[in-house]
Amino acid sequence: MAKVTLAAAVNAGLRRAMDADPKVLVMGEDVGQLGGVFRVTDGLRKDFGDDRVIDTPLAESGIVGSAIGLALRGYRPVCEIQFDGFVFPAFNQIVSQLSRLAYRSEGRLRMPVVLRIPYGGGIGAVEHHSESPEAYFAHTPGLRVVTCAGPADGYWMIQQAIASDDPVLFFEPKRRYWDKAEVDTATSLADAPAGSVEPLHAARVVRPGTDVTVVAYGPTVRVALDAAELAAQEGRSLEVVDLRSLAPLDEGTVTASVRRTGRCVVVHEAPTFLGLGAEIAARVTESCFHHLEAPVLRVGGYDVPYPASRLEEAYLPDHDRVLEAVDRAFTFGGAY
Amino acid sequence: MSYPPHPEVPGGSPPEPEPVQLLRPDGTTVEHPQYAPETDPAVLRSWYRDLVLVRRIDTEATALQRQGQLGLWAPCLGQEAAQVGSGRALAPQDHAFPTYREHGVAWCRGVDPVDLLRIWRGTTLGGWDPARRGLHLYTIVIGTQVLHAAGYAMGVQRDGAVGTGDPGRDTAVIAYFGDGASSQGDVSEAFTYASVFNAPVVFFCQNNQLAISEPNERQTRVPLYQRARGFGFPGLRVDGNDILAVHAVTRAALDRARAGEGPMMIEAFTYRMGAHTTSDDPTRYRQAAEVDAWRPRDPITRFATHLRSTGAADDAFLAEVDAAADELAARVRAGCLAMPDPAGTAMFDHVYAEPHPMVAAERAWHEDWERSLEPAGGER
Repeated sequence: MAKVTLAAAVNAGLRRAMDADPKVLVMGEDVGQLGGVFRVTDGLRKDFGDDRVIDTPLAESGIVGSAIGLALRGYRPVCEIQFDGFVFPAFNQIVSQLSRLAYRSEGRLRMPVVLRIPYGGGIGAVEHHSESPEAYFAHTPGLRVVTCAGPADGYWMIQQAIASDDPVLFFEPKRRYWDKAEVDTATSLADAPAGSVEPLHAARVVRPGTDVTVVAYGPTVRVALDAAELAAQEGRSLEVVDLRSLAPLDEGTVTASVRRTGRCVVVHEAPTFLGLGAEIAARVTESCFHHLEAPVLRVGGYDVPYPASRLEEAYLPDHDRVLEAVDRAFTFGGAY
Repeated sequence: MSYPPHPEVPGGSPPEPEPVQLLRPDGTTVEHPQYAPETDPAVLRSWYRDLVLVRRIDTEATALQRQGQLGLWAPCLGQEAAQVGSGRALAPQDHAFPTYREHGVAWCRGVDPVDLLRIWRGTTLGGWDPARRGLHLYTIVIGTQVLHAAGYAMGVQRDGAVGTGDPGRDTAVIAYFGDGASSQGDVSEAFTYASVFNAPVVFFCQNNQLAISEPNERQTRVPLYQRARGFGFPGLRVDGNDILAVHAVTRAALDRARAGEGPMMIEAFTYRMGAHTTSDDPTRYRQAAEVDAWRPRDPITRFATHLRSTGAADDAFLAEVDAAADELAARVRAGCLAMPDPAGTAMFDHVYAEPHPMVAAERAWHEDWERSLEPAGGER
């Protein structure tokens, strides 16, 4: 098995999905000739042609709106929204149309549309290129929202998202695009042995531990793992849960972990107020109240617009801020 | 016809062409160099029947709303020729994308008028099978469906269902929208997508002069059909109250799209004789004189005159159609009143196509909740 980057893994997953089903289309700005600004669609146009790998006009509402029309005609469009902050021109099509057509049609219509969105900060970008808008979509009934943290999930989850008959927002952590890991890109989803690939909407314990559950997803999984490594040196055992799916939430994996550890810290880059962390804190509190040694704590982006890049290091939750929250979870009732 | 004012090009604007018209308001015919009217008496009679029945559905639904049986209704009164003329130009394999006012198009696509009322009575958000009818569901957020039409047409191209010369296979798409929607970004984006991909879609704009209260002047400084030119495809204006002209131009535009010659825009110049919806009070924004000026251009009256004068129909036929309309109205009314409310748990159906644990959990909770409200012993 070769080591591949996340970008290459998603590329390989797209290739497998396009091989498996001629109805799968890739569309978006610069996805054809250029191969996407992050090269995630590199080479697809050469191999599948411009009928299936469509360089669209520069209009995001048009990308999603026309993808809806293509889905109504029986296609399975995989749209690239070039950057997180460019999804908002398409917000209306996503929230008022894409998410609802199965519902509005009483199940007669299906919307197997995937929106791939490179998201999150840490790459020194200009405004609108570092945002984490996932909560808007997780808040919208009818959408599925998932995110991969590394190459293996990038490869398998993109194929699962494309196979889904529901609309899936597929968030790719852009600062992890160049992370490498071993992935069996020679095997397609259809050929993978039964049970060998985790379901799309399952969370995963990526590092077992006993003292605190740290829930993270996408780019912050690495942050949480770094924090766990450092905490271990101080004798604290952090269990890291990679949420993977934001809607639906795999509540069971999170609460089972919290029942073991008694403490929970949620980490994400998105602003903390009304973010995924708030929902997880509420759900964990509702179902694990008597197991908790401390309140569920959130470590998120500050409630400010994503700042200029020279400040992003201070904005982004890092392992120190995670460890600070872990400390608070331990000192609750004392110094709290 | 009154045109919105538009800026003069230095040196003088080109002359405004007259809208395509084949039937004058007085019922006499006009020769047109490019478009010929349908002349088959049986077809003309069937269109007359369509017009009258659609109007009857519309007036009955308005009455049902007034009587509290519908929550809302958006009347198509006055726009019947634009809708039936274009709707009857569609082939079975074509696909139409309506707004929420296309009751005449829905009729042409075989949607049961009782199903048409379901949205307005509040028993569903949809109401029919879009694939079976070749008619997408009514879309309420203005202009969004126009992009869906462009995308659907891109799918038709990828299916190789354009330009084969097989009339049973070549497929066109028609996107309905109004003068108000022409201001929406989605409509402009749809024009761009259709144009650059040469997609087989006809953009059918019913310019009924009003976006709720706002006149054309607030949406555009040029006649709307001229927008098409800037996007690189042809546009024309047709007398939207002339079913012969609407049908002829729409059929030609659809044929053109099916042949692979790309998109086209039709602006059907018409007038919304009724309110925007039954919640609206048009006396706040328009003069009775304006409505009165449009009354003699009524699409049904002129067509009836034409049928009589050409001998395509006689008074007995017209009376027969009126009787059929009464019958239909009674059926629509009865169907509306008999429409069952959905079960309380229906709100949990079809949120997703595939199983979803959170919806399932909430459904289970709600079912328990409903059961807990039942008095002990089971009988309420």
